Amino acid sequence: MDDSQSDDGPVPTERSASAESTVSAESTVSGPDTDDPPSFSLAGVRDGFRACVPIALGVAGYGVVFGVLARRAGLSTAEATLMSATVLAGAAQVIAVGIWEYPIPVVALVVTTFVVNLRYALMGASLRPWFRHLSPRETYGSLFFMADENWALTMAELRSGGTQGAFLLGSGLAIWTFWVASTILGATVGGVVEDPARWGFDFVLTAVFLVLAVTLWEGKRSFAPWITAAAVALAGARFLPGEWYILLGGLAASAVAVIRRD
Amino acid sequence: MIDLDPLTVATIFAMALATYLAKAGGMWVLDRIEISERTEAGLEALPGGIIVAILAPRLVDGDPATWVAAGVVLVVAYKTENVLLSLIVGFVTVLVLRGQVVALLG
Repeated sequence: MDDSQSDDGPVPTERSASAESTVSAESTVSGPDTDDPPSFSLAGVRDGFRACVPIALGVAGYGVVFGVLARRAGLSTAEATLMSATVLAGAAQVIAVGIWEYPIPVVALVVTTFVVNLRYALMGASLRPWFRHLSPRETYGSLFFMADENWALTMAELRSGGTQGAFLLGSGLAIWTFWVASTILGATVGGVVEDPARWGFDFVLTAVFLVLAVTLWEGKRSFAPWITAAAVALAGARFLPGEWYILLGGLAASAVAVIRRD
Repeated sequence: MIDLDPLTVATIFAMALATYLAKAGGMWVLDRIEISERTEAGLEALPGGIIVAILAPRLVDGDPATWVAAGVVLVVAYKTENVLLSLIVGFVTVLVLRGQVVALLG
């Protein structure tokens, strides 16, 4: 969920190769509309989990960072863990602990979280051709466990003819397990460090966002929205209270992207 | 050991609900409404815009060590696409520039 990549639709990645090797070879090129609809089985959960473990290990590195940042923001280890277990959205969680303060800006936190995660609406929608064969319980249960990484993995799997409807759930459980465990580790370590600014911990958050920015960069197309976001955010940070400049900057980028669509 | 503040827990649950609405809402809404390409472009630009909005004041108000390290992080992240490596290299850069490594050595 960390390297929340641009949502330029379903991108089959080389990850699908490792995914395929664990999935039955019987399904060749069967699109979602053939008479080979996805099944929802324990075997699918297992295959998804296995295929996602290497990716989940990468996510864990990021989870440690989140745990450290959460402690720095004033959250307890239990609270940081609860957030990872229930929110399960890397970028949104890092942003949340970045603007976390006391008294808690509840509205800003919840609204920002929603807006940062709006991209998931598109990602979830892109799974519809396959998921419409599943029951509502299977579909809406699986979606809780959708993160950037396992969405991409599942998309690649289904597009290459996979018929495991439970693949998203299985791969999501792998992400969830590693994400929660690494949060506990990071929060435990983060609580021990004293005088963090002296040791450069104030830079960790900035660095995390820089890396996120690189993964979200889409070349020239991103330039105008991003410049606008930066300008609006700088003005907003100077003249507005709290953290509203973040949302304003994001919405400004969005507006520029919509206008330039013509 | 278990340290849970009620308002914090409530905020976390509200964040969890907001996130789930986004994750599940797409499937639910797009099932019923056709969204335009414009709307889609706007949604796609949101995460990047928000990240940049967070970064801009942080960088402008940062010290020279922050600026140099930020450049290092950008280059490493762009070249390697390795999250952890980028963070570690940037972190070490800040420590070196702020003199902490020298202090450590003696």
